[in-house]
Amino acid sequence: MNSKVLSIKTVVAIGIGAAVFIILSRFGSIPTGIPNTNVETSYAFLALMSLLYGPVAGLLIGLIGHTIKDAVFYGAPWFSWIIASGVVGLLIGLAASRIKLRDGKFGIKAIISFNIIQVITNSIAWFLIAPTLDIFIYAEPANKVYIQGLVAGAANIVTVGVLGTLLAIAYAKTRPKKGSLTREL
Amino acid sequence: MNHKILSYIHQESPIHRLTGAAKLIGFILWSLIAMITYDTRILVVMFILGIMIFLSSKVEFRYISFVFYIFLLFLFINNIAIFLFEPMQGVEMYHTKHEILHIIGHYTLTAEQLFYQFNLTLKYLTIIPLALLFMVTTHPSEFAASLNKIGVSYRIAYAVALALRYIPDIQRDYQNISLAQQARGIDLSKKQKLTKKLRYASSILMPLIFLSLNRIETISAAIELRGFGSQKRRSWYHERPFTKEDYLAIMLIILLFVFSMIITFLDGNRFYNPFR
Amino acid sequence: MRKPVIEFTNFSFHYRTQSSPTLSGINLTIYEGEKILIIGPSGSGKSTLGHCINGLVPFFYPGEISGSLKIFGKETKKESIFKLSSMVGTVLQDPDAQFIGLTAAEDIAFKLENQFVPQEELFESVNRVADLVDMKEHLESTPQDLSGGQKQRVTLAGSMIDDVNILLFDEPLANLDPATGKIAIELIDRIHKQTGKTTIIIEHRLEDVLHGEVDRIVIIDEGCILADLTPNELLSSNLLIDTGIREPLYLTALRYAGCTITPMLKPKSLKTLNIEVNKTKLHAWYESVGYAEKKQKNDVLLELKNIHFGYSKTKEIIKDVSFKINKGELLSLIGKNGAGKSTLAKLICGFYLPTAGEILYEGENLIEQSIKERGDHIGFVLQNPNQMISQNFIFDEVALGLKFRGVADKEIKDKVFHALKICGLYELRNWPISALSFGQKKRVTIASVLVLGPKLILLDEPTAGQDYKHYNEIMEFLWNLNQQGITIIMITHDMHLMLEYTNRAIVISEGQKIREDEPANILADEDVIRLANLKETSLYQLANKADFFDQRDFVKRFIHFDRRTRQL
Repeated sequence: MNSKVLSIKTVVAIGIGAAVFIILSRFGSIPTGIPNTNVETSYAFLALMSLLYGPVAGLLIGLIGHTIKDAVFYGAPWFSWIIASGVVGLLIGLAASRIKLRDGKFGIKAIISFNIIQVITNSIAWFLIAPTLDIFIYAEPANKVYIQGLVAGAANIVTVGVLGTLLAIAYAKTRPKKGSLTREL
Repeated sequence: MNHKILSYIHQESPIHRLTGAAKLIGFILWSLIAMITYDTRILVVMFILGIMIFLSSKVEFRYISFVFYIFLLFLFINNIAIFLFEPMQGVEMYHTKHEILHIIGHYTLTAEQLFYQFNLTLKYLTIIPLALLFMVTTHPSEFAASLNKIGVSYRIAYAVALALRYIPDIQRDYQNISLAQQARGIDLSKKQKLTKKLRYASSILMPLIFLSLNRIETISAAIELRGFGSQKRRSWYHERPFTKEDYLAIMLIILLFVFSMIITFLDGNRFYNPFR
Repeated sequence: MRKPVIEFTNFSFHYRTQSSPTLSGINLTIYEGEKILIIGPSGSGKSTLGHCINGLVPFFYPGEISGSLKIFGKETKKESIFKLSSMVGTVLQDPDAQFIGLTAAEDIAFKLENQFVPQEELFESVNRVADLVDMKEHLESTPQDLSGGQKQRVTLAGSMIDDVNILLFDEPLANLDPATGKIAIELIDRIHKQTGKTTIIIEHRLEDVLHGEVDRIVIIDEGCILADLTPNELLSSNLLIDTGIREPLYLTALRYAGCTITPMLKPKSLKTLNIEVNKTKLHAWYESVGYAEKKQKNDVLLELKNIHFGYSKTKEIIKDVSFKINKGELLSLIGKNGAGKSTLAKLICGFYLPTAGEILYEGENLIEQSIKERGDHIGFVLQNPNQMISQNFIFDEVALGLKFRGVADKEIKDKVFHALKICGLYELRNWPISALSFGQKKRVTIASVLVLGPKLILLDEPTAGQDYKHYNEIMEFLWNLNQQGITIIMITHDMHLMLEYTNRAIVISEGQKIREDEPANILADEDVIRLANLKETSLYQLANKADFFDQRDFVKRFIHFDRRTRQL
């Protein structure tokens, strides 16, 4: 891997991003009301980091964050889902390279394309990759893992769609823009 | 507020003495075997070996008991779910049907299903002792050095070290932010519309994200000032040189790997079938 | 002839993202082995000057340079950040962000690890520099096990490990308590004497730095060098007052007494100060200023009764703490890091539940109330406003708590406007928060808890890291708030703040209350000073040196006079 892809800032963003991903996975789950289905705020954060730091950072935050989370909280890494997390980070970063969030640009067009991208990405990761790997690695029954993937994928699409979009909008608004501010009496 | 997590415990044992890199290679190969094979004979041998390795590490069970029980609970639920979803998975796999007990509707317990689920459970049970052991016998600092040693770019290895370093700090940030917002009235456990909950969640996430982005800037400046990334390679203070034991351990695990693969695929199938 | 190591010639710098240059027309030469203090208010450009020396400017923070900066004769803009870092070792102000190792040893070794130095040499070098900063016993400690002062020592060791010739400290005192800050200055002094390395300290806490020796002081204001003088010359001038930097308190006392400060008096430290000439003047001033003892009304607002707390049964963090807070008080809660101050605050706000004891608010037990319910009575403001702000606009941020409570829109508007008026933010109500200064953001967070109508607010380190001007701004705002009837508790380790603004202080040490008294009395108690990592104020030493019988009374009269002079 050459140093162009992994600048110092990207390295640090991967480390800190993975740590935040882990903390959000542990403490930032919100029950949806549907049994056993949680909104994982960590995936909204992952999407934002992919937008800000690009596909390599997204991939590695997903892979490292998910592996450490599994290892320290559940004792064993769940490889099929770890790979799916990495793919989410990678694909959002790749597909959204035209969205210039850092420059404070996140208008209607960007919101729509971001959401199309995230729906496709999450579908690939959770409807396809995670269950297929489950079947291949663990030979689990197909309909079980596809339903699990469907539920998790749908929850993640909603999370990234609502929360991820909100976070990106809020981030864009904090970027400095030219304009005059006046005091109102 | 003290949540139990797995972490390194300093002790003296043959497993502790192995370098992180040797353990990492061992763990990866071990997991690969357990994931690929469905051969009951191999899995049983590995399961027994795994327990023996765990015992030789002298790690007390109580250090890992909480995680282990969570894992057992997961295994139990997973087994029930598999049976509910696909009671005939075993029959499909082994191409025979030995009925034991008819329960209700199309739910019939078969010897094939029992055997299949036994194998699946065994797969998980062979991985878990070594995974737990790897976590509690490898010093986090040495872990990063090990990643680099087995060929991972030092930049990525260092990113892993950074993640481990800052988890406690970010947990503290998260708790402070969450408490202050709770005092202002956020309640995420309450029953309310999901979209509202997500909007509330954003008022905890936003400050956390901005603090973290600032942290990324400061840390980048700090490590750049200390020459990170200036060379093609870097040395590691906590790296440990390979000893005879390390080479021996790696050779044994490679042997086990090759041997398992031969047995597994000898009959052209991953699945050991006692029913034929 | 002295050898110049750093030479700025007509040097200017313009950050790419800013509309005007941050530094302009800098001419400054620093010679080998010198110890230089660079002071200036926030935003003066003093940190940027430091960044130019270590190479963060222009290699990390891009921008345009004109003129020349040479370090050891080499033009810096033609070098790289790595080359410069082998000549200049930097200690940044935030001990947590720059402690990047999982253990102290790794953090110290980091610079050499990156140079691919073989491991045996790493061990040797780490031992050598760890010894220099007295951290040899803690090499395997994690950052979570170390105090702020210890983390700073580790960073200092790490920046010196490859024999740099220049040491640069960027606001080394910002995150330290008074006693630790004093030790840090003594350590910098010792290292300078032992190694003879050229040392540059960037700080605004002048009196604390002058606890050690300094050859020259450079004042920066609005991007230009205003003065380059010896400490004695500088302290005799009016430059400090003009730039808004706080002079040492003992000199303020002398000025109040009508004394003229000249370099002849050697004012750079109390040890060297010649007091004899001015003794009579000081005594005359003391006799002329009285002070009115304010009678506090004893109307109890909050009472803690025998509070105990711990995460596990065996280890108690808070042991049997009881105290009362009266209505309208402005009180400080002090003690060293980890003493239990923040835990107490969190117990009061309901973030933790005590294992035993009662918390009464206007006579009513709070224990049964949820965090949210307590939020209506007690507001909690975190140290860093960025930890609390989640909205983009001021109005929305302040309204958030009311929205969570389901208050009607019309009522929200009225309440928010009222809170904004109290906090002096009404005119800015539609501004984005990103356009605000640190002090203004602080006020937004205070407004956002005030809007819920609490009678008491708890602030964690309200002025941490702020220069004198911003310190004054924030404290005067809090003082006014207090005059309007809001009771305020501040968690702090700032001695000036406690002395100048609060009428009472509660000292916590190892989870216990060890003293509860007027600040001036607390700072006269040597045991308490030691246990709580406090530092005696220089006013006592001045009173002592000038043979005052009642030093405590001297301090009280000074504070009273000072408040009146500054029209508080």
